[in-house]
Amino acid sequence: MSEQFEQGVEVLRQQIDAKISSYFSSCVHCGLCAEACLFYTETHDPRYTPIYKLEPMRKLWRREHTFWGKLGAIFGLNQPLTEQDFADWKTLVYDSCTLCGRCSMICPVGNDITYMIRKQREGFSVAGYAPDGMKEATVRALKIGSPMGVTFKTLKAALAHVEKDTGLEIPIDKKGADYMTLFSSMEIVNFPEYIESIARIFEAAGISWTVSSKAFEATNSGIQIGNKEAAAELVNRVVVAAEELNVKYVVSPECGHAYTAIRWEGPNLIGRQYPFDVVHILELLEQLKNDGRLQLEGKSVAPMTLHDPCQIVRRGGVVQQPRELLDGVAENFVEMKEHGVMNWCCGGGGGVSANERAEPLRLRVFERKKKQLQETGVNTMVTACANCRIILEEGIEHNEMDTEVISLTELVADHLVDGPK
Amino acid sequence: MIGQFIDGPLWTFSLAVFVIGVVWRIVTILMAGNRPDLSTPRGSASSGAIRTIFSRSVYERTAATRGRLLQIAGYLFHIGLFALLFFAKPHVDFYAERITGFGWAAMPHWAFILSAELAFLGLLLLWIHRLLSPVTRLLSDLDDHLGTILVFLVMLTGCLALAQSFEALRLIHLLLAELLLIYFPFSKLMHTFTFIMSRGYTGATMGRKGVNA
Repeated sequence: MSEQFEQGVEVLRQQIDAKISSYFSSCVHCGLCAEACLFYTETHDPRYTPIYKLEPMRKLWRREHTFWGKLGAIFGLNQPLTEQDFADWKTLVYDSCTLCGRCSMICPVGNDITYMIRKQREGFSVAGYAPDGMKEATVRALKIGSPMGVTFKTLKAALAHVEKDTGLEIPIDKKGADYMTLFSSMEIVNFPEYIESIARIFEAAGISWTVSSKAFEATNSGIQIGNKEAAAELVNRVVVAAEELNVKYVVSPECGHAYTAIRWEGPNLIGRQYPFDVVHILELLEQLKNDGRLQLEGKSVAPMTLHDPCQIVRRGGVVQQPRELLDGVAENFVEMKEHGVMNWCCGGGGGVSANERAEPLRLRVFERKKKQLQETGVNTMVTACANCRIILEEGIEHNEMDTEVISLTELVADHLVDGPK
Repeated sequence: MIGQFIDGPLWTFSLAVFVIGVVWRIVTILMAGNRPDLSTPRGSASSGAIRTIFSRSVYERTAATRGRLLQIAGYLFHIGLFALLFFAKPHVDFYAERITGFGWAAMPHWAFILSAELAFLGLLLLWIHRLLSPVTRLLSDLDDHLGTILVFLVMLTGCLALAQSFEALRLIHLLLAELLLIYFPFSKLMHTFTFIMSRGYTGATMGRKGVNA
């Protein structure tokens, strides 16, 4: 038994809190969670049943927290957790779970299975069973500042392009600004239109904002891989930068897990509350619209549907804002049959998109989103997460579908009333 | 002799194991503790907890065919069992004499028959599903089957005892109920109590985020 494995088991042991104890005590193995998981519904492989993905943690809990488990351990009747368990379950824990949280919404006894898998990943990560792609992304995030290797120089070049295209100045390290805006590497590399949209919207609304040269990256690989030390370090960089610039708000970008990381897990990771508020870009846009600071004109007539990013909507609570924004700019908005907090995941969340090993499975389970789209009969899908967007585009390409994916923030920017505000 | 033992000391012992065991299990769960959540809440944790404790009993429409069967069978079993447990006349009389010192209105005979039929139908559907579905076959362990078998036998002997009015059948029913009480705190049957905690914890977490879970 290796030392690293023992450390992993110890970390897993530390994750078993009252919530997890109550969840395992309540689970009656009804299997209803399978119906909520796209990895099960699209493959019918019972191993993809969400609660089954937690067998290693349940094995540890049963042995150390239950009467029969303790009795069995004394008489050698049940086996302790082994390295083989971790090896057998690593693909279930990392490849076939996007931490989307749909199973947590359907469990009759209310188990937050996603929370449990997130916690189980802490043990797997320490034991060395995280996928290479996710490990490398985390190392890059810690060393370079971005999981995709994007440096501030790269961002500065992208910002220069935006400044040239818009004629607007993008404030960097402006002390005392109201809002400090974060981006995801994917936006900087693949969707710089998002940055341009932000610049135009903030200018139009008269927002005092800035970008930090020290902490511009919003994504957090530590959350996805299950490494709380790495996650805390990445959150802390943002907090320190925001404190140095003395901003009132930090704006989380169109990225699902980044919002979960900075908004909901962040204060718990660093062990203190922030002296500023975290607001998701959609929350801010809706607030600006309601305050009359965001004047929009015209509506797109092409029928549009909305893909709800799991971490922003189901796990983040930003449910109505995207709908209200869409209503303001889309003439023919069509909801998917299962939408809002019950929407189906794109298949690439929770680090699955950074896990090359998971790609064939990810493309297979995209069938669920394809069915959802086909039910709407709409060819334009709006979303608010750069990761969802790239995964949706890959799925659409793979399935040779005639569907366009657009960013909600970009769509809102397209409908700005021209002229100074 | 055996009858006196079942009616007397074994009843007291099984009830004590049940009460102490259930309290012990709940206390050990609570003692595991949860870290305080330092994030700024968007909504109320307590409202979320209360809402989810009740809302998870509502039929989930998004479940597919197998899920619908599971939910309907779950309703039949739990409603039928609850009615039998607390409103069957022999049970009301038993509680009044042995535990509470007072009784309450029992359901009429036709309602007893209906409740028993619903409970049996629900339990058998759930059990058949457990045995046939690849998902539940993979998940299920000895505890899942033992709990089901014990509950089934308690229900069966209870119905037979009422129908036949034989003292021996009543004692067999009581003996099985006592075994069930002793087994209860160490089994999945604990979900009878812990579901309030699991639903409450999740509801509180999601309530803080402003999500109706």
